[in-house]
Amino acid sequence: MSTKKTLFDKIWDAHVVTTIEGGQDVLYIDRHFIHEVTSPQAFDGLAKRGIGVFRPGKTIATADHNVPTQHQDQPIQEPLSRFQVQKLVENCAQFGVELYGLGHPYQGIVHVIGPELGITQPGMTIVCGDSHTSTHGAFGAIAFGIGTSQVEQVLATQCLLQKRPKRMRITVDGTLQKGVLSKDIILYIIAQLTAAGGTGYFVEYAGSAIRSLSMEARMTICNMSIEMGARGGLIAPDEVTFSYVKGRKFAPQGAAWDKALAYWQTLHSDPDAVFDKEYHFKAEDIEPMVTYGTNPGMGIKVSQTIPEAAAENAQSFGNSLKYMDLQSGESLLGKPIQHVFIGSCTNSRIEDLRLVAEYVKGKKKAPHVQVMVVPGSQQVAAQAKAEGIDQILMEAGFDFREPGCSACLGMNEDKIPAGAYCVSTSNRNFEGRQGPGARTILASPLTAAAAAIAGKIMDVRKVLN
Amino acid sequence: MQQFTTIISTAVPLPIEDVDTDQIIPARFLKATTREGFGENLFRDWRYHADDTPKADFVLNNPIYTGQILVAGRNFGCGSSREHAAWAIQDYGFQVVVSSFFADIFRGNALNNGLLPVQVSDAFLHDIFSAMEANPQTKIEINLENQSITLIKTGHTETFDIDPYKKVCLINGYDDIDYLLSIKDKIVAFEKTIDNRQ
Repeated sequence: MSTKKTLFDKIWDAHVVTTIEGGQDVLYIDRHFIHEVTSPQAFDGLAKRGIGVFRPGKTIATADHNVPTQHQDQPIQEPLSRFQVQKLVENCAQFGVELYGLGHPYQGIVHVIGPELGITQPGMTIVCGDSHTSTHGAFGAIAFGIGTSQVEQVLATQCLLQKRPKRMRITVDGTLQKGVLSKDIILYIIAQLTAAGGTGYFVEYAGSAIRSLSMEARMTICNMSIEMGARGGLIAPDEVTFSYVKGRKFAPQGAAWDKALAYWQTLHSDPDAVFDKEYHFKAEDIEPMVTYGTNPGMGIKVSQTIPEAAAENAQSFGNSLKYMDLQSGESLLGKPIQHVFIGSCTNSRIEDLRLVAEYVKGKKKAPHVQVMVVPGSQQVAAQAKAEGIDQILMEAGFDFREPGCSACLGMNEDKIPAGAYCVSTSNRNFEGRQGPGARTILASPLTAAAAAIAGKIMDVRKVLN
Repeated sequence: MQQFTTIISTAVPLPIEDVDTDQIIPARFLKATTREGFGENLFRDWRYHADDTPKADFVLNNPIYTGQILVAGRNFGCGSSREHAAWAIQDYGFQVVVSSFFADIFRGNALNNGLLPVQVSDAFLHDIFSAMEANPQTKIEINLENQSITLIKTGHTETFDIDPYKKVCLINGYDDIDYLLSIKDKIVAFEKTIDNRQ
């Protein structure tokens, strides 16, 4: 048995403190990220119990959901947002937690800063009060989102009570077509499995097409694991992973690096390991993807038309298309759009911005389209400026903003107006997600950039040089 | 946390699938720093027009349907990990959510707050919706001890699963945190064994 373990089980087993009656494990958590929205009630709970943070050095805080993406040097205008961000500052000071808050050079979207600072490492258990914590799985870590009661548990004990999920492996072999990005891979997978197809599972992504991806592209895939209901997704660490981590601020150094590396090299599923469910896809079958409905499973290849409703969910499907003002049988190619949002924990890293800038250079946005580009962190923003990406985007008429979650979730000032279509590189097309009445079409950064220039949805394979 | 035993109540039907936590409580209402008061904005954008007037066709605005049980379509609570979704449902006055499938994080968050997620078969869910449509006063009994859900009038019943540990927690009103704090010594001992790894 011990010779046939999945990657997931190797990491999980290494973190089980004890198992309780009924089968739940007490799982030790190596790294805990917190942000302003899902932590205040957890700190409150500690205060009410009269206890402190058990291992403050293992929790890292940042402000991202509520922050404005303009004028970050000035106080936040919206009183409730300002209060919540201020509460985080106070809680971190009181409980001794490191905070990369507004104005700090490391501030940014929590799932962008963990990896770029080298805090996220292979073999770790990582949690955060945010469902897109699955992002960190790209490093070969068990990373998943938790609720506020669990944030309090981790603050108080560095542990969580968890039932071991089932394991799924999704293998994507082959070579991607030109213009097809990792975002298209994951949108394709979710469209195949549906928004609930991964519920109860932890996913390992494998295969030559996954191996060929950069760390940032792998993060995009793991990030959206939750959109098919899976608690998380992970990818076995390899040379791509190790060279990404090496030399980062909080990565192990010297002898510690050698020791860590030797351990990380054991982190892969054994050849005979058994998964509860397996799926295989061919990279060649994947096209640039777009969503047409109000959950991320409602996606099609850009060359396809919107499907008919299945009998069992006709009402929900109908509601969805009504909200989107789209019809079965309709193609999205050539569909005029009014907004483009490039950002979020899914696609706001430097590689995403480079791809967009490369495509946009020398072009102008369509006059009727508003384009917002929001880098994932201060470090991404600084790098983009050092490379002149901000200039290229601004010359194209794009709005290059300051880091934060921005228009991904309609919580801060960045919202899409009711009825408007927005091609978005974010992760959720739920009703009202980007603002009440907003109509979100999820896509890759390249498809978003092409839509910004053309003012309508394009097949990027046809417009790339 | 409140103790949970048996509930007999009328219910509110929401026959929509894939109800995500952004519908349950939109992000713009997550700015509070306490757990109370989220019920006011439960299903905000389905419940109210942009000018804050109630939408007559939404079930929470229909006085015929009331009760402590919310009955919803499959894959309830998908999306964001916001525990505020469970708080909002509970703050509004529900103690039970019935569906044929729950998203993982929502299920955990609900249980951690004493809100009971009851997963039934698609067929039973269909029967509940039909019974409620025929008679909005349909009473449903949820018995946690027996892990059963019953349509009182017809006696039609089904059992549901719950983690045995969580069941004990709900019946006694315990939190996970109480348990975890009680095994601090074990956690400290475990930490000594992992120093070698990281």
